Amino acid sequence: MLFGKVSFDLPEGGVLLVEGRNGCGKTTLLRTLASLRQPESGVLLWRGQALLRQLEEYRRDIVWLGHHNALKDDLNALENLHIASVLQHSTNCRADAAEAALAELGLYGYEDLPVRFLSQGQKRRVALAWLLLTPARLWILDEPFTALDAAAVAQLQSILRSHLHRGGLLALSAHQDVGLDGENLFHLRLDDPQYAAPVEDEY
Amino acid sequence: MFPLGVGVETGLLQKMAGGVVWVAALLASMLAMERLFAGDYADGTLEQILLASPPLPVIVLAKVTAHWLLTGLPMALITPLAGLQYHLPLPAVQGMLVSLLLGTPVLSLLGALGAALTLGVRGGGVLIALLILPLSVPVLVYGAGGITVCLAGEDAQAYWLLLGALLLLAVLFIPWVIAQALRIALE
Repeated sequence: MLFGKVSFDLPEGGVLLVEGRNGCGKTTLLRTLASLRQPESGVLLWRGQALLRQLEEYRRDIVWLGHHNALKDDLNALENLHIASVLQHSTNCRADAAEAALAELGLYGYEDLPVRFLSQGQKRRVALAWLLLTPARLWILDEPFTALDAAAVAQLQSILRSHLHRGGLLALSAHQDVGLDGENLFHLRLDDPQYAAPVEDEY
Repeated sequence: MFPLGVGVETGLLQKMAGGVVWVAALLASMLAMERLFAGDYADGTLEQILLASPPLPVIVLAKVTAHWLLTGLPMALITPLAGLQYHLPLPAVQGMLVSLLLGTPVLSLLGALGAALTLGVRGGGVLIALLILPLSVPVLVYGAGGITVCLAGEDAQAYWLLLGALLLLAVLFIPWVIAQALRIALE
């Protein structure tokens, strides 16, 4: 077990910022939040109801972005965004909206290029462009700032801020300053002794 | 390749035809199997698929169907050619077509199950073969057996019914098992 006794409540427009040293369970916590794995013990509530009872609705309402970008190398950026849209909402996103989202992230002119020809940072931007298109309310981002240059970091921060101002929820892990200080921020330092995993009894 | 290697002995070729064609079908379905979920696993798409709004077994069934369209269906489509090579009479060629159409989807489903169970394991290809080959024995027996019966000029309906039953069972249950295996693999 990696951690225990973690408890928090995320209101509308709230941010959960998970920090801590490598290997202390940040990704595990976020994956649990994204319903990709079950907690060993304890319960997750979404809008006051147990998550397990409403998994389908919950999954339509979240965005999960992990270490991998979930992009298909052989498809171009637009097609990748279409796949994301079909997977999450069973509909194609509008092409002009997708192009606008890519342009906003500085990928104008790269829409028709297979993703394999993009740099690591550009791939990350394609994955982040999905944030501009999805109506999902809870964004769960695992170290979203990796591989991004300074301009893209600032841009992502402003995207996150406007999401919060619309009443969206955000859970993310990061190793650097996330620039969301003015917001309704809940700091979770996972390597804090109070969250240490309960010692298992030995017989 | 077999008819070229063995020579033009009509009787021998006819006797071999069913078994050889079915082993070839099995090999064709095994070859691409390892990559069925591995790519999605590596680039993170599989996580998104798990969180997607269509039910996971439906997506799995779609992936397996795509695999079958690329491995099983071409095998069935070239049966007339294979029939010529093996000097098969028309009823036996028809039997071969029926048996491949009914049986190869089961092979694809079983192979996908193996791929899901060995996801993330190094050298998974060998493991898939070990896991799946014993399970595909019934399909192989009834498929090749039906062709032999057709060759003898008799009615092979019982074989096709059994193959059809296997197919229905596989389509109904295996996608759910695969979905569960994928969930476990990603935990």
